[in-house]
Amino acid sequence: MMAMAKPDVPKQEFEPRIVAFVCNWCTYIAADAAGVARARYAPNVRLIRTMCSGRVDPQFVLTAFEKGADGVLLCGCHPRDCHYSAGNYKALRRYTLLKKLLSQMGFEDDRLRLEWISASEAEKFRKVVEDMTERVRKLGPLELNGGD
Amino acid sequence: MAQKPKVAFYWCASCGGCEEAVVDLAEGILDVVAAVDIVFWPVALDFKVPDVEALPDGSIAASFINGAVRLSEQEDMVRLLRRKSKYVIAFGSCSHLGGIPGLANLWDRRSIFEWYYHKAPSVANGGAQEPQERVEVPEGTLELPAFWDVVKALDEVIDVDYYLPGCPPTPKLIGNAVNALLKGELPPKGAVLAGTRALCHECPLNETKPEKLLIKEVKRVHLTKVDPEKCLLSQGVLCLGPVTRGGCEALCVKGAMPCTGCFGPTDEVRDQGAKGISYLSSILDFDEEADIRRVMENIPDPVGTFYRYALPRAILTKPKGVKSHA
Repeated sequence: MMAMAKPDVPKQEFEPRIVAFVCNWCTYIAADAAGVARARYAPNVRLIRTMCSGRVDPQFVLTAFEKGADGVLLCGCHPRDCHYSAGNYKALRRYTLLKKLLSQMGFEDDRLRLEWISASEAEKFRKVVEDMTERVRKLGPLELNGGD
Repeated sequence: MAQKPKVAFYWCASCGGCEEAVVDLAEGILDVVAAVDIVFWPVALDFKVPDVEALPDGSIAASFINGAVRLSEQEDMVRLLRRKSKYVIAFGSCSHLGGIPGLANLWDRRSIFEWYYHKAPSVANGGAQEPQERVEVPEGTLELPAFWDVVKALDEVIDVDYYLPGCPPTPKLIGNAVNALLKGELPPKGAVLAGTRALCHECPLNETKPEKLLIKEVKRVHLTKVDPEKCLLSQGVLCLGPVTRGGCEALCVKGAMPCTGCFGPTDEVRDQGAKGISYLSSILDFDEEADIRRVMENIPDPVGTFYRYALPRAILTKPKGVKSHA
């Protein structure tokens, strides 16, 4: 592949890989609506649909980072809007504690983000993805200490 | 008379408590000694490394290895014992999951040396010397083992057959493991020789747990007068029983101290810390961000709380780059 590269092509820039866990009842629909509306946003985000933000085990987030994500985005229903009444609050609590843990381990703040995005907020989804992609791009790739 | 099975004990990065645990078998140790031939046990018997090297490969029935692996010498020793042994048993939390020494993985070799040999207030180290792996002196060359960037659990270095969890493993579990070995009644390879369910199932205080357990605050145990007759979690003391493998018979809880997770996660869980975060978040009875943050202020050290014995086996390691030690 390297041999085929044209000499005048600039060195490939870092493209962040972001994994987004999105709730089936809100953000997934918003993302779908953004697509239907042909909204343009950074293609760096990989969506994983879950039935609720409360379904997102912190192990999912850690595994995403382990497998090469540079950032992880968690999206759920606004407070008081959870389809299952309290899943988003559980997500908020897990996120708060996980964030504290990751910070202690030396992860930058912008690598993990939580957003409430309702089914009608396609524009918010677009903005969040754009913004997060740029923030993670500035941080650069996540490299873990593999040791020797 | 048939030859007695050969057994070896070795310690790597550990505190010596696991060696104590063997001695804690009390008079039971006499039965063990009667049944096996101990061929290597640096803490108690005067065998040397060449004695182990001289044994035929696979001739040791079982090696019990405690401690995490942090130095090149420890790697060499566990590789040697692996070659000489039929079974290798990771003995204790450090060997099983990395243990307390594994918390050093919040830093790396550079930042650890920087702190301990240059910056720590107690350093009186005129020439700012760091330990060297080789030093020439008039009498010849002196060598020290290499210090790794990360601390590893035993199975990150060699193949491990069984795990005896605990800080340290209880005499009962050690006895059971030795008996299983002697009788040849071993579970499938890779098994953790303790309970399979969470500790709460065997905790005597489980029946005092309310139907729906919700807490409004997280109390730090050294600042709390604990009621020893009541589920510690229901008193707001952070007990890791729900996310820790059972088998210890709730020794700490019986002593009015919360479980800190030394038996590691259950078989279904890969990352003990993540599961700890998940469970605590589920029972915290607040929905407002400010309240949640306030309660979590009482967990000033989440890594040391939820990964106290398991950081090297966590899904994530710290990101690359030097982190300040202070």
